[in-house]
Amino acid sequence: MMLNPAILALLMVSILVSTMLLVAATFAFRILRHWDIQSGSELQLRLERRTYLVSTLLVWAFLFEFLSLLLFIYNAEALSGQFVGAMCATGVLNLNPWGWPTLFLKITLFFVAAIWLLLNYLDNRGYDYPLIRFKYALLLMALPLVGAETILQWLHFTEMEPNLITSCCGTLFSADAQGVSAEVSGIAPANSILALAISGIVVIAAGVWVALRGQSGWLLSITGAAAFVIALVAIISSISLYIYEHPHHHCPFCILKQGHGYVGYFLYIPLFLATALSLGAGFVSPWRRITSLSQTVADVLPVISWLALFFFLQFYLTSAWSIWSSRLTMMEVWW
Amino acid sequence: MITLLRKQRYFIDYTLGTMMRHKGKSLGLLSVYTMIIFMLASVMLFSHAMRSEAVALLADSPEIVVQRIQAGRSVMVPADYLQRIGKLRGVTEKRGRLWGYYYDPAVKANYTVMASEQDQLTINDIVIGEGIGRTRGLSVGDYLTLRSHEGKAFSFRVSRLLESESELISSDLLLMNPQGYRQLFGIDESLYTDLVLSVRNPREIQKIAEKLTRLLPDSRPILRSEILRTYESLFSWRQGVMLILLLGSVLAFVIFAWDKASGLSAEERKEIGILKAVGWETGEVMRMKFWEGVIISLMAFLIGYLAAYLHVFYTSAGLFEPVLKGWSVLYPSFQLTPSVDGLQLATLFFFTVLPYTLATIVPVWRTSITDPDLVMR
Repeated sequence: MMLNPAILALLMVSILVSTMLLVAATFAFRILRHWDIQSGSELQLRLERRTYLVSTLLVWAFLFEFLSLLLFIYNAEALSGQFVGAMCATGVLNLNPWGWPTLFLKITLFFVAAIWLLLNYLDNRGYDYPLIRFKYALLLMALPLVGAETILQWLHFTEMEPNLITSCCGTLFSADAQGVSAEVSGIAPANSILALAISGIVVIAAGVWVALRGQSGWLLSITGAAAFVIALVAIISSISLYIYEHPHHHCPFCILKQGHGYVGYFLYIPLFLATALSLGAGFVSPWRRITSLSQTVADVLPVISWLALFFFLQFYLTSAWSIWSSRLTMMEVWW
Repeated sequence: MITLLRKQRYFIDYTLGTMMRHKGKSLGLLSVYTMIIFMLASVMLFSHAMRSEAVALLADSPEIVVQRIQAGRSVMVPADYLQRIGKLRGVTEKRGRLWGYYYDPAVKANYTVMASEQDQLTINDIVIGEGIGRTRGLSVGDYLTLRSHEGKAFSFRVSRLLESESELISSDLLLMNPQGYRQLFGIDESLYTDLVLSVRNPREIQKIAEKLTRLLPDSRPILRSEILRTYESLFSWRQGVMLILLLGSVLAFVIFAWDKASGLSAEERKEIGILKAVGWETGEVMRMKFWEGVIISLMAFLIGYLAAYLHVFYTSAGLFEPVLKGWSVLYPSFQLTPSVDGLQLATLFFFTVLPYTLATIVPVWRTSITDPDLVMR
């Protein structure tokens, strides 16, 4: 067990967040069973009052969850100095079998939380709480994720062995190795850049369409999710190479280091925000048909779409800039 | 969008007005909050600065130190070990070092004595660190008498004082001619304290250490990266221990904040009643309270962090020094290099703002659902 302030903070946050969600979940059960907006009973009144508390609690819980994703990655970077063989976050995540699942769960939770927050916002705008059952049902589905994340993170931090030799990005993200990461690293840069460009054009076209028409948000969700995956592949297979100015170093974490101007944060944060917003668009637009929400959806959907596009554009420009300003020249080798 | 922002501005405006009306309460909370952040931030800033100091110091040290181990204890290394190592590919320089400790009964302290070839010292000259100079009242040209291993007195002339920039390591340092060192401690020409090897390529260090253990089975190579890693874990561990001790006070603060937020005066109660009577919704009252929390947290964070910064980098963390640094007679006095780290800021935020926010949610909600007729009656 590593007794390190950042680790203590992360453990504390995950335990608090899962406690908050547990409290919210018991309330969610009551909502699902007893909620009846037509009724004037005392129970209904109590439930209505309590939704304020629970939704505030959840807004905070999810906000802290966002921050803890950032802190988790940053902390993994910082810890890499304390383990033999670890040069970046990859090495720390490789320390035990819990590292990667924790990261993936945190990322999933980030998207779930973003969607939930958008739905919550929408629900509070409708005078008759039209989404309340859906919202809390979604919350009940998120609860196991949060629980699993807390347990995995706990295991990851408590089972860290400082004298264990770990393998880092050089072995995991190399085209000769085996597994998904190696497959991704092995994709020809020309192909991945081409795919990135196409997905960029498609997602922007879809976003403009959704923003102008104010409907069919699912279009943005699907293209956004695809653009997210393609962007991650492109980062590993080619963009990172240009940032490191090295034709064989594929690590998606070393770009977060100071030595590369923290450019990774400028790539990942807009990318994640854009993806979360475009996923949210798909969850927002179907409620157009509900009378109490049609006006809100008409107002909110374009804003979400434009914001998603703004962040996507920021990501694409940052990637283009890091390739453009790189001193690595691969003309006639890759192109 | 603009209307949304403008609405928030009015909320903040109103909240500030309310806080100014209840000055005593806000100030009390703010000062306790600030104190908590100040303490936690001091611990973090201090141990981070110590850690970076250690890293900076070790940057110039040799990559590998070889000690000889006999019956589990480290002993002097024969000079012919240098020949036995021979030519190892990747090693740019290798040499023997002579160093040790000298206990001075006059000041009841240990000096770190080291033989130096770079300083071109004659057999009677020594160079001393500022700490020794301070405690013994020595300056350049003065004589320092040390008793040799046979009990004979040797007098050395202080030819130079070491600069104070490096005081963290050089405070108790005493440099002398290798010949003088051997005479003082009675060490044979054929022995060294340990051997140091410089390696240019960091990727070869591990392999070279492996070869060394094979060539010299009774030796123990110590790598610079190992020392660095140990320092790193040691300081973050100390930081963690301090934080756990301080967690008690964070908890006390949480209870205090909860109490403050739930114990509303009759006047405040009436205020919220009026707000609701003139048409504020529960959500809006909560938003107003949210802004109150943000303002208090932000102010406490800024003031507390700034105070901790001054405390650590201008007074050398006077309050926590003994715990985090250790102590000794010849303790160096030094100024830490100011450094602020993003990870630390985020951690501190989680340790203070998160508990505060959580502690106030329930009381705030309870206040905001008050029925207007209940309090105004």
